[in-house]
Amino acid sequence: MGKKIMLGNEAFARGAWEAGVTVVSSYPGTPSTEVTETAAKYDEIHVEWAPNEKVGVEVAMGASLGGARSLSCMKHVGLNVAADPFYTAACTGVNGGMVVLVADDNGCHSSQNEQDSRFHGRSAGVPVLEPADAQECKDYIKLAYEISEKYDTVVLLRSGTRISHSRGIVEEGERVQRDLIPYEKNFMKYVAMPAMARKLHVAQEQRLGQIAEDSCEWEINDVQMGEDTSIGIITSGICYQYAKDALPEASFLKLGLVYPLPKKLICEFASKVDKLYVIEEGQPFIEEQIRSWGVPVAGGKDMFTIQGEYSARMIRQAFGKDSGEETVDTSDAPGRPPLLCAGCPHKGLFYVLSKLKTTVFGDIGCYTLAALPPTSAMDSTLCMGASIGMAHGFEKATGDKTNTVAVLGDSTFLHSGITGLINMCYNEAKGTVIILDNRITGMTGHQQNPASGKNAKGELAPAIDLKTLCQACGVKHVVEIDPFDVKDLEQVVKEETARDELSVIITKRPCAMIVKQPNIPNVITDRCKNCRQCMKIGCPAIEVRDGRPYIVSDTCVGCGLCTRVCPFDAIDQTSKEGK
Amino acid sequence: MNTNILIVGVGGQGTLLASVLLGKLALDSGYDVKLSEVHGMSQRGGSVVTHVKISDDKVGSPLIEEGEADIILAFEKLEAYRWLPYLKPDGALFVNTQQILPMPVILGQAKNPENMDQFLEDHAGTIKAFDATQVAVDAGSSKAVNVVLLGAASRRLPFSTDAWLKVIEGSVKEKFVDMNKFAFMKGQLMGSPQ
Repeated sequence: MGKKIMLGNEAFARGAWEAGVTVVSSYPGTPSTEVTETAAKYDEIHVEWAPNEKVGVEVAMGASLGGARSLSCMKHVGLNVAADPFYTAACTGVNGGMVVLVADDNGCHSSQNEQDSRFHGRSAGVPVLEPADAQECKDYIKLAYEISEKYDTVVLLRSGTRISHSRGIVEEGERVQRDLIPYEKNFMKYVAMPAMARKLHVAQEQRLGQIAEDSCEWEINDVQMGEDTSIGIITSGICYQYAKDALPEASFLKLGLVYPLPKKLICEFASKVDKLYVIEEGQPFIEEQIRSWGVPVAGGKDMFTIQGEYSARMIRQAFGKDSGEETVDTSDAPGRPPLLCAGCPHKGLFYVLSKLKTTVFGDIGCYTLAALPPTSAMDSTLCMGASIGMAHGFEKATGDKTNTVAVLGDSTFLHSGITGLINMCYNEAKGTVIILDNRITGMTGHQQNPASGKNAKGELAPAIDLKTLCQACGVKHVVEIDPFDVKDLEQVVKEETARDELSVIITKRPCAMIVKQPNIPNVITDRCKNCRQCMKIGCPAIEVRDGRPYIVSDTCVGCGLCTRVCPFDAIDQTSKEGK
Repeated sequence: MNTNILIVGVGGQGTLLASVLLGKLALDSGYDVKLSEVHGMSQRGGSVVTHVKISDDKVGSPLIEEGEADIILAFEKLEAYRWLPYLKPDGALFVNTQQILPMPVILGQAKNPENMDQFLEDHAGTIKAFDATQVAVDAGSSKAVNVVLLGAASRRLPFSTDAWLKVIEGSVKEKFVDMNKFAFMKGQLMGSPQ
């Protein structure tokens, strides 16, 4: 026990452990991943990576029925995947306490959109809690379990990049030892058929009304009357920190519960201040509800943007309180977009697809970076698993599948690509799907998955064989190949995309971050004709110096891909491995 | 006392460990501290930044804004340039002179600014630019560059050398403790006023 520096996500996991949680089932997604990774370190908790968020929430719901306190964690877009069980679990209510933790990504640091998960909470009809720092991450998740069991409801705990990925000082507590709440059969509650669902909906609205009333007294809905009552600010989460830094004298109502809103408390607060402002990143979620009650709001989205992240300075500026000091201008600095690592197995495939000018329906993972120069080998990215469905739709619309592929990673394929492939088989597609099998879930920081051979705790686990799985769906042509065998791979891509039948190519090579690389740098010799073919793989280790390609030895991991694409055999690989 | 330290570099350079060391040190010394970092896509060779805010009062927002950093630790020169607007007029910049070219520059689609050295020299309150990677290599490993830069900045922070060495001891694998301590001391020498 004591005080520790914790990442917000570590504090969530610690709080779950202290609350006596025993089952966690999640799918990784930035910025939520470390909650589950940290929970996996506690012996008392069964922690698993589910193949997708929908399964994660279903597992958590089953564990709740079994009487345990359960948790499922995901990023904002993951909640879309899990929406089906989430919305109905919101109606049925729970047995053991159940929390769904969702981390939004305002500013799109590592996501395909900026959606606002609070709407999911409101739409499903569950209470939504929002902490404002690491200590609150721990405190709020414990409170969430109390609310869940007291009011018989799933609770949505909403985080975001600046909460999940900020560290702060957290006071540790003891773990609550709790017995399972005995499961009692109750088909009127747990079987969501129409007749029951109508009744469940009535009960659901009643408990939300009760929470709206009770929460006026909850400490997490915190009225802080300042010296200045001319400005009253309603805010929550990270925006509270920005607003408090910007306007320390103002009066605040810091909401810990952002749905249902404590109406009476808000109206009281509004009556004590001259002008009421609502400061919230994203959509006008709180603002529009308050306005709908006829309470005047002096400033909300008319003062602040819907897009991106806020800051203390932005708020000071909006209130005319910024000193407006000029800073130096360095906006001519060239951008530094992220890129596939030196030694990354995906580089081999995208070098080939770029060379063949293939139409590539892409997906979500590190390999999305192949859309950027120099490979520029991706035509679309939509959501997890969409590559397959979209390639199929494109084929059905145009009647042409030549030189067109769907590309997705092993984890993404198991997440929601498999259903797309079943659809292709069933509806007689003739396209080509390429699964990048790098034996790990890469972009989110190397989590295990059902094909990697290990579980969330790092123990050995059964591994799904992707080739057998595709064959079992009915795909007759499944080719496995090392993506660094670029000449053979080029031939295979040409053959399979020309074939008048559905095919799957599985490129097999482990992520460069999880296997030891030779680490003996390659060297460009004087046989180099300066054709710059090696620069087309987009390796961060190959630069131009004195007008010629040059390998930066500190960055090169000696993977040897450049030696294989060089038409003049001009790059020497001094290591034995890889060639 | 409020001290804001911005740690900038390229994904994979070890900026995170530097901030975690600072965080522990601040906690052990009785300060409030918040750190903010970004994980995920930008870590793959992109521009990365970690914010460290230390105070004897309560820290609110975890983010440092333009003109608010007392210290910038830059693991790479272009990143020092990019983030320079965040430095206070009298702030201190510690910059590793190592350069990692971003892909648009490698591909000839963009250019690094000319005279970056002079610009940094002219606009930072104080500047200490040196090859921290070489210092780390000399100490035993290029991976110790984060500890070298912390060493260089250490005299501007309210922690004793003993406290620094203790936190290093508690944060790195045992077999690397001596090497990291050595790298820290070498960095401290580099950062000393000449």
